[in-house]
Amino acid sequence: MYIYDDYDHKMLEERIIQFRDQTQRFLAGLITPEQFLPLRLQNGLYIQRLAPMLRVAVPYGLLSSTQLRKLASISRDYDKGYAHLSTRQNVQFNWPKLEQLPDLLEELAEVSMHAIQTSGNCIRNTTTDQFAGSSPNEIEDSRPWCEIIRQWSTFHPEFAYLPRKFKIAVCGTEVDQAATQVHDIGLYILKNDKGELGFKVLVGGGLGRTPHIGQVICDFLPWRHLLTYLDAIMRIYNMEGRRDNKFKARIKILVKELGIDLFREKVEAQWLFGKDGEATLTEAEVARCKSYFTSPAYEELSDEDEVISTALKSDLLFQHWYERNVAQHKVSGYRILTLCMKETGVAPGDITDRQMEFVADLADRYSFSELRVTHEQNLTLADVRLKDLYEIYKACKTESLATPYLGLLNDIICCPGGDFCSLANAKSIPIAEAIQRRFDDFDRLQEIGDISLNISGCMNACGHHHVGNIGILGVDKKGEEFYQITLGGDAGREAKIGKVLGPSFAQEKIPDVIEQVIQIYLSERQDQEKFIDTYQRLGIEPFKEKVYAKAD
Amino acid sequence: MPKLIKDAQVISNNWHLVEADTGIDEVLSLNADKLLIPVNLWLEHKAQLKETGAEFGLWFDSSQSPDLLDEDANNFPLIALNYPSFRDGRAYSYAAILRQQAKYEGDLCAIGEILRDQLSYMLSCGFSSFLVPDDADEALLLSGFHDFSENYQSTVLKPVPLFRRR
Repeated sequence: MYIYDDYDHKMLEERIIQFRDQTQRFLAGLITPEQFLPLRLQNGLYIQRLAPMLRVAVPYGLLSSTQLRKLASISRDYDKGYAHLSTRQNVQFNWPKLEQLPDLLEELAEVSMHAIQTSGNCIRNTTTDQFAGSSPNEIEDSRPWCEIIRQWSTFHPEFAYLPRKFKIAVCGTEVDQAATQVHDIGLYILKNDKGELGFKVLVGGGLGRTPHIGQVICDFLPWRHLLTYLDAIMRIYNMEGRRDNKFKARIKILVKELGIDLFREKVEAQWLFGKDGEATLTEAEVARCKSYFTSPAYEELSDEDEVISTALKSDLLFQHWYERNVAQHKVSGYRILTLCMKETGVAPGDITDRQMEFVADLADRYSFSELRVTHEQNLTLADVRLKDLYEIYKACKTESLATPYLGLLNDIICCPGGDFCSLANAKSIPIAEAIQRRFDDFDRLQEIGDISLNISGCMNACGHHHVGNIGILGVDKKGEEFYQITLGGDAGREAKIGKVLGPSFAQEKIPDVIEQVIQIYLSERQDQEKFIDTYQRLGIEPFKEKVYAKAD
Repeated sequence: MPKLIKDAQVISNNWHLVEADTGIDEVLSLNADKLLIPVNLWLEHKAQLKETGAEFGLWFDSSQSPDLLDEDANNFPLIALNYPSFRDGRAYSYAAILRQQAKYEGDLCAIGEILRDQLSYMLSCGFSSFLVPDDADEALLLSGFHDFSENYQSTVLKPVPLFRRR
């Protein structure tokens, strides 16, 4: 992974000194709360319903075991002994104290971590596929490019007061696991006919109040021009994005109002000034960044293992876990393991200090001391030997980390919702739990198969409900919490925004409604069709009929 | 009278700032030899204003792109960009455009709601001076230029990005 040099360390130290000073001035009354707002947000600090919340940046989801151990100790010393994995591959603490924050940030800096630009109207953490570097269907490892973007976007002086937040995702694999098309900018790495590397650039995707799939602004951007082109897009957005209405301030609205062609024209005209200039990437810089993401020292191993084959036959629970949570690796004898952090009764994505230390040990022992946070709020160990998997499974079982739900209905993406978040209209964690309790039988879950169920407690869509095959959105109806269901969303290469099923439901109805939706799917599906395929073949009507016929 | 910060010190301010929506007659009656006027006033009454013999600087509001100007920006010794609110970040880009594209070499001044914690970003984007209220805390503001010793990107102030120097 990327290792900070003196420049990176110095900038981080200077940031902490700056924020300590800003916090002191705020506490002394020299900065108004309004003026302090963007300063604290750009340091990841929200004021939540019950306490401040600190969002720690995990650049493109990549963590070392040392960093995870530090997060564990911070959660014990400054918080209540747990942390939360966010849908931006970041880590959140729910209970830190403002006065202690500069100290907490210093502790993070000891392991090259920070909370820079994890909130506020600036360029946020760049996200990517959690299998990057290990995936068998990879075009190019996205991590060096994410690191290049991380550095470019960090403390960018021109883009710290944008109309609204700005999110970039990079995907270097054929299967898109990064929800690339619903980002302000989505970058697909690809090679042209001549074998040259570049990016297909999408712009104007996003969830929130008005969800949009990104549109192609450039079919092939040669890699050298990445930063100058990003600068040009950002500059047009910074100057022309709407600032009169918070709900219309994202770049998706600007792109829609101008139309993609006019927007492209403006960007290209702007780009002419920066193109081939000093910000043009060099081979040396790309090589430097790539040097941090070389393959670990893989052993030469067979792609079959007797212990595992035997265990798969003899231990049914292991078999379930293996089938769901283990993915193919580009190297023979290795696998990509994802720990599903969706134990029923625990808020999706929550992880205790003890579990963090346990996973850090796993990473040290079995996966070259690294791991990744996924945007589905799980943890991936990307370089595990096949032959170690049974041992790992048994160890995980003792720590409630062997949930075999990955990619199943219970692997719910869920924002913190009304239990924590001051923006939320409704709670989301209890909804997730009620659904998990209803669908607690593994055979049934397995029969339902691959499906995504995403829950957001409000329009801001942190739980990505629009791109869940089933989406649940908390809404406020005359002071009461109701839930709107969408169907047919998809976050992959064929990204789609879900359609609203109909009028919203009271909280207690939700498990029944999900049950009915699933029943229609199971009775109508053909062959091995996944939920999303059946939905696309049938459309929303049969689901609507079933659900509302009973509801009346 | 508002204070002018330039080259990291407070200097005497000889410019008379003409507020938005000031009528041309009022401007013509002003007895000042350095006038910082709204750009639209200049665009509408250029000929009349030139006759006064006064020196003019132009200020742009955050809804006014520097592209509005139909002549060489270097005809003006001072161009100011207004921050109606510190949260309105358009002027960072306007400043960069004036320096990088219009090749403006005069004094580029930030006016409006300017906070200490934004000064280093403004400086990086090409601003060379800052007009602040007369009761502003000078020492505090002057400390705002040194928060960071380095930046990753290519900026107006330091066009060669860190990756070409490290």
